[in-house]
Amino acid sequence: MSNAPAPSFDIPPGTAVWARDLTRTFGTFVAVDALSFDVAEGEVFGFLGANGAGKTTAMKMLTGLLAPSSGEALVAGINVAADPDAVKRRIGYMSQRFALYDDLTVRENVRFFGGLYNLPPAVVRERLDALLADLALERSADERVGRLPLGWKQRLAFGVALLHRPAVVFLDEPTGGVDPATRRQFWETIYATAQRGTTVFVTTHYMDEAEYCDRVSIMVDGRLAALGTPAELKARFGTDSMDGVFLRLARNG
Amino acid sequence: MRALLALVRKEIVQVLRDRVMRIQIVLPPMVQLLLLAQVMTFEVKHTNLAVVDFDRSTASARLVEAFTSTGRFGVVLDTPSPARADDALLRRQAGAVLAIPEGFARDLRSGRAPTVQLVLNAEDGAAAGVVQGYAANVLAGFARAEAATSPPAMTQRFVRARPGVQVETRRLFNPTGAYRPSMALGLLASLVSIIGILLTSQNIAREREIGTLEQLNVTPLTRSTFLLGKMLPFWALGLLELALGLLIVRYGFGVAFVGSPLLVFAAAALYLPAVLGLGLLISTAAQTQQQAMFLTFFALVTMLFLGGIFTPVRSMPAWAQAVAACNPVQHFAETIRAVLLRGATAREVAGHLAATVAFGAVVLPLAVLRYRKTAD
Repeated sequence: MSNAPAPSFDIPPGTAVWARDLTRTFGTFVAVDALSFDVAEGEVFGFLGANGAGKTTAMKMLTGLLAPSSGEALVAGINVAADPDAVKRRIGYMSQRFALYDDLTVRENVRFFGGLYNLPPAVVRERLDALLADLALERSADERVGRLPLGWKQRLAFGVALLHRPAVVFLDEPTGGVDPATRRQFWETIYATAQRGTTVFVTTHYMDEAEYCDRVSIMVDGRLAALGTPAELKARFGTDSMDGVFLRLARNG
Repeated sequence: MRALLALVRKEIVQVLRDRVMRIQIVLPPMVQLLLLAQVMTFEVKHTNLAVVDFDRSTASARLVEAFTSTGRFGVVLDTPSPARADDALLRRQAGAVLAIPEGFARDLRSGRAPTVQLVLNAEDGAAAGVVQGYAANVLAGFARAEAATSPPAMTQRFVRARPGVQVETRRLFNPTGAYRPSMALGLLASLVSIIGILLTSQNIAREREIGTLEQLNVTPLTRSTFLLGKMLPFWALGLLELALGLLIVRYGFGVAFVGSPLLVFAAAALYLPAVLGLGLLISTAAQTQQQAMFLTFFALVTMLFLGGIFTPVRSMPAWAQAVAACNPVQHFAETIRAVLLRGATAREVAGHLAATVAFGAVVLPLAVLRYRKTAD
């Protein structure tokens, strides 16, 4: 399966995520309706929408967790539907539940996920040390993850999602439930990651976070209602905040 | 390989770290083994007897004495009224009524086969059958004793009421007819199975519930590595469980093992993938721990009752015997009993082992095929 030649698409170089008419239905319900967009390498791409707009469904298709009903998606140059396992080597994913093991220590979690990505033990150790230094968590390396404060847990989960140095990292509402200061801190980590060339694909329903993105797409009822930089969108909808953009779209949609 | 190691190490750390889990996998099964092996027996230790003696002779008194001296029967009512005896039976004060007709001693003396009546409460048919067997033994013993102490001519016909050829039963491998060794080993086989199937099916359902399974599904971890990594730790745990259980059976119940315990471990090593595979298969069908528990319970109860542990497979209807032939629990229980109680060799139990391996060879690939990293 991994050797199956991917159908060739006309994709501009430097594209990290490419979706054309990506659609997912559940019975008669169309959760994601003909989604088409490109994300450039190293971009912070915001994926916005109300709850139930189809953000998570779209992200699950892009990460190979859910088969598309129709349409095409390439992530890091690989056709997701044709070779989901090859895609999984090139991406990182952090779900809303930032699924680390609460009953394992920080070190054990990192070692475990490092092993799953087939990283040599020496590399895992080195990246663990770097991660702990980044998060100022050196003294908690042998602490169980379940005992860490939520904000640290989220940043640790992000670090683990980057452990194998993926080309694209998908974050599904990564900052739910924490205070604005911690969110701010999390976004600084996102910037630093994008700076190193990793594409960041992030869903959120916090409109202030949308301002931090290079480009923003807004989903309404499974369809892509708007796509552009925050400045473009604000100008187009004649408002001075992303909140305003969102309200206009939600009302019309 | 690194992925498999990482997974196995993680499972072991998680099991050992969880105090509740540590207790759960050892204490309840071993307590069950200790308790149930004592309780689960077909022996009827004591039957209350109501005696209606119309003969009132020394011979009839000797017959009653023959019953009570075994220790299995105790006279709770001695009445001349059959109605009262029946009443005692109905009110469950007595489990059986022994009625001795007038003329019993005379018939015995004159060599006419005397008749006695035994009325049993047969609500529990199996137990009544056992009591009937005891009573027949008592009567046969009584007849022999009378024949030995009386002039032969007199009791000849009484004895002839029994088959002319005396059948002497000798129980091979189990001279005392004890139920406990066989029951304890059968229970151990079922406990090892329960632990194996339950732990695997619950474990993956739990990861699905807390969301870590989704995280594993976005890694390059392959399906077979994943399932193998889930199976190996519980495989080792099953063998550990077996070792503990065998120690209890050997030293707790004092059962002398005739065959090789090593062969039993080898058999278990081949058997466990079958039940663990079934647990994994269940986990691919269950979305929650509750669903997994329900499916596991259904599979387990069916397999245990069709496993020949509590009732012999030979006495089941033909269709059930056919089902039992596919039941790995049955083959494992049979192996463990045959090896340890009868000294069966590897060659003798090879058929059973092949059956369990075949079950695993069907269930495991099925689990791998059914497991979905990408939802449809």
